[in-house]
Amino acid sequence: MSAFVPGRHAGKSIVVTGGARGIGLAYAQRLVAEGARVVLGDIREEDGRAAVAALGSAARFVSCDVTKKAEVDALMAEAMRAHGRLDVCIANAGVVSHSPFLETTEEEWDRVMAINVKGVLLTGQAAARAMIETRKRLSDWKGGAIVNIASVNAVVVQHGAVPYPVSKGAVHLLTRSMAIHLADHKIRVVAIGPGPTKTAMEAAVLADPAKRRIREIRTALRRMAEPEEVAAVASFLASEEASYITGQTLFVDGGRLVLNYMMPE
Amino acid sequence: MKLKDKVTVITGGATGIGLAYGRRFAKEGSAVVIADVREDAGSAAVKTLESAGARAAFFRCDVTKKVQVDALFEGALSRFGRVDCCIANAGVVHDSDFLDLEEKDFERVMDVNLKGVFLTGQAAARAMIATRGRIPDWKGGVIINISSTNAVVVQHGQVAYPVSKGGVNLLTKVMAISLADDGIRVVAIGPGPTRTEMLDNVIKNHPAFMKNVSLRTPLRRPAEVDEIAGVAAFLASEDAGYITGQTIYAEGGRLCLNYMMPERA
Repeated sequence: MSAFVPGRHAGKSIVVTGGARGIGLAYAQRLVAEGARVVLGDIREEDGRAAVAALGSAARFVSCDVTKKAEVDALMAEAMRAHGRLDVCIANAGVVSHSPFLETTEEEWDRVMAINVKGVLLTGQAAARAMIETRKRLSDWKGGAIVNIASVNAVVVQHGAVPYPVSKGAVHLLTRSMAIHLADHKIRVVAIGPGPTKTAMEAAVLADPAKRRIREIRTALRRMAEPEEVAAVASFLASEEASYITGQTLFVDGGRLVLNYMMPE
Repeated sequence: MKLKDKVTVITGGATGIGLAYGRRFAKEGSAVVIADVREDAGSAAVKTLESAGARAAFFRCDVTKKVQVDALFEGALSRFGRVDCCIANAGVVHDSDFLDLEEKDFERVMDVNLKGVFLTGQAAARAMIATRGRIPDWKGGVIINISSTNAVVVQHGQVAYPVSKGGVNLLTKVMAISLADDGIRVVAIGPGPTRTEMLDNVIKNHPAFMKNVSLRTPLRRPAEVDEIAGVAAFLASEDAGYITGQTIYAEGGRLCLNYMMPERA
């Protein structure tokens, strides 16, 4: 399923928010396997500590709520303290939300926007500041990469979800804005827009053959993504191979966005 | 090596970015079949690749002629026994104002840039389906069409070129949906201005060109050919296994920049 590149991220220091489980943890696993040291930020302390135990000495965990500026700043400070540099940040922390338009409460709107949009802004600002400091310290620094996590729902919308797609649309645009503002600091900013992926968040879908079928017939590749397939794209985007790519959202969606109607029987 | 033992056919592969794909894919372990209308340059390219230890072959091919395109893939199959990847790179530019563009020039650009990609895609897919029949554990094929940022934005003084590249984006979507069940992913790359000999000539004749690139590109420079080839190597690898139908822009942030970059601080 993937083509590990040994040493691709050797010596790099990486932060992953929402990194305790799911695709977040898959990013960390992939980048550590390719030589990086990682600091995981998450509100799930128990999962975070288990993840660090599994990842080994290259990994650390910091409890972090991405809606709190002080906590996000502390997360990046830990990466700088432990590794003396920051090269890559994956702003992965996010929540899903299900409620039809008329039933969506103000509280739910605020909650989703705070985590999925403001969290990405605060994470991006703190990461960029740490990268600018890294550039000052290391005269031969190759540049930084910030990878925001959007969704196919940044550009299409499903019935029964309101703040989630709007928040991911905002991440798509925030990525473009960050790319423009950070280019002269040698920082590329990109986003990944995954389609449905086999994680705990999608457990209900995986367990329900009817729901699963709907996802499959609306996907050219007729299957959901493995977390490792999304992580492989993040590894590429964070690497020097993507050195001329900035501001873009790469959709890892099995062909979802190009398919009108459904795949044939 | 990401592409060990695979076989890649590259149209327009004798020079420029086309040859950079060949060098890069050879480095990743693939045999490279170069197709081009330029025989001398094609033979020279094969020598370059072979002297670096790669398996390579040249076939003279005009991508607007179905007979020649079919013969190319039959030749690749009989020479190397399989086709895993195809880069439909052959293309031409043509500068003209809208009112001055002649029908024959419009047709020539459309024939090479769009019909050529269609004929190449059909023949490549047939060769891949034949490969699938021969190799029971075949991992699937990848077709990479070469588009441009000009598939979605237009510059003054070009007419047929952007229209043809917009067509390539849509053709990529059509091919992705049509070929998914055959185990073939289809993607496109949209490069921004890239440092080829062709571009060096443009820079020589139009001194303002580099200033315009720098103002309209967040990264403030054109791409190096290897930066485009690296994206192709990623898309051809299993790391991109859940990506199909999409155009990936390697454009230094061009498409997300409204107005211009500020003067450098």
